Amino acid sequence: MQPAVKRIIFYVLLFTIWQGAVYVFDVSPSLLPAPTDVFASLYEGFSNLTLVYDLVASFRRLFIGLAIALVLGLLLGVLLAKSKTADETLGSLILALQSVPSIVWLPLAIMWFGLNEMAVIFIVVLGATIVMTINVRTGIINVPPLFIKAAKTMNYRGFRLFSKVTIPASIPYAVTGMRLAWAFAWRALMAGELLSTGPGLGYSLRFASDFGDMSRVIAIMLLIMLIGIIVDLLFFQRVEKKVLKKWGLATS
Amino acid sequence: MFLSINNLHKSFTNNGKTELVLSDIQLDVNEGEFVSILGPSGCGKSTLLSIVAGLTNATDGSIELSGKTIKGPGKERGMVFQQAALFPWLSVEENVMFPLLPEMSKKEAQQKAHQYLQMVQLSAYTKHSPHEISGGMQQRVAIARALAMDPALLLMDEPFGALDEQTRSRLHEIVEKIFLETKKTILFVTHSIAESLKLSDRIVVMGTQPGTILDVIELDFPRPRSQSKEELLYYEEKIQALLKSEIDKVTEKEQKNAASR
Repeated sequence: MQPAVKRIIFYVLLFTIWQGAVYVFDVSPSLLPAPTDVFASLYEGFSNLTLVYDLVASFRRLFIGLAIALVLGLLLGVLLAKSKTADETLGSLILALQSVPSIVWLPLAIMWFGLNEMAVIFIVVLGATIVMTINVRTGIINVPPLFIKAAKTMNYRGFRLFSKVTIPASIPYAVTGMRLAWAFAWRALMAGELLSTGPGLGYSLRFASDFGDMSRVIAIMLLIMLIGIIVDLLFFQRVEKKVLKKWGLATS
Repeated sequence: MFLSINNLHKSFTNNGKTELVLSDIQLDVNEGEFVSILGPSGCGKSTLLSIVAGLTNATDGSIELSGKTIKGPGKERGMVFQQAALFPWLSVEENVMFPLLPEMSKKEAQQKAHQYLQMVQLSAYTKHSPHEISGGMQQRVAIARALAMDPALLLMDEPFGALDEQTRSRLHEIVEKIFLETKKTILFVTHSIAESLKLSDRIVVMGTQPGTILDVIELDFPRPRSQSKEELLYYEEKIQALLKSEIDKVTEKEQKNAASR
């Protein structure tokens, strides 16, 4: 059987059992609404455009934060790979920060930037920069020494050697770094919005929760999940596959 | 003298222990000559080539090419490594254009790349990615790339060591043809006696621990060498005798090391 067919059957079964259980055990909608209620709420949110506004607001922050993080991660990654001193000092701090979920910075961010977009973008940047930095650094360090030697015999050195050999050779790592940065940014964004201010998907989720509207809460959760999967599948995984194939690294 | 290597010494320091890898290497190469450097593994022959390429520094001594002392890599010396070292993000043609692009327009570089790809019989594969072609073909691209710079000296570091027998013998023909057509000076590192007898005007036989030149053998036979198989047999035996004592030396040292442990 095709994996797609298996998947469709699985999800139909999942929703049927969910619907059946809510009906049979007469579960209160404030504990667990039926899937039909969730879909109705999702439909309502889109038809009165509230969810559309939330999506636009969330994506705006995401793009700003992710763009800053990718540029910053690239620069920091290059710095750590090229300077031993930077790697031994700043590098250790970045590795240490990696184990801290970026959302714990929110109280400080709110004090610094106020309860506004800047604070959330700061959380997104922190979440995504670190993983991008680490991947770019690894990519540059892992450039085969033979490539560098070969280029040197062809009179490439200095910045030209770096831009024509080191950078392209480390692109597969950078692409993986971008994919992970997106995933980290998306999670950080939701956490940030949930705890700060709107508009945005995370904020609307908390708003619905405050009013006990669990259908809307689950509807937004589904939306967060779907966007996460779709962007990863349709964009990042495709780009990654293409790059790995072109670089001859794909295991076909 | 075209290329002269004078009193070259090279030692590496490893964990505080200094080991002499090359000792007093003295070698002159004429323009248009095909010289093989033959020796057992560990004799420093690849290190010697790397020093000529300017990728490694000598501890002592100097190398002069056309009267100029070698300091660092340069375009007048093209290098072919044991692995093709092609850049995977570039096509075959772009790889050959790589050394040309800083000085030339794209169109000129492309024309030149095609010319050298034709020389290694790969005209049909210009748009392919390196990983889409076989190891032997990759090595031919690497040769075309080195030739495209039009170097005065072509350095080859066991270029066919990783290839199967049939591919290797086909590449020997290509290299010999290129050598006769372009009249390049070639310095060729190998551990295969047959390979060196087939291709070289002179064979530099190296011994190990430390790396020294044991003997230089002149081969004044017409090409292709398949015509003079019997005469070459004498040299093959001579080289084998030379190398046998070297290999015995290595084995003896290994046994001594094992016993002292």
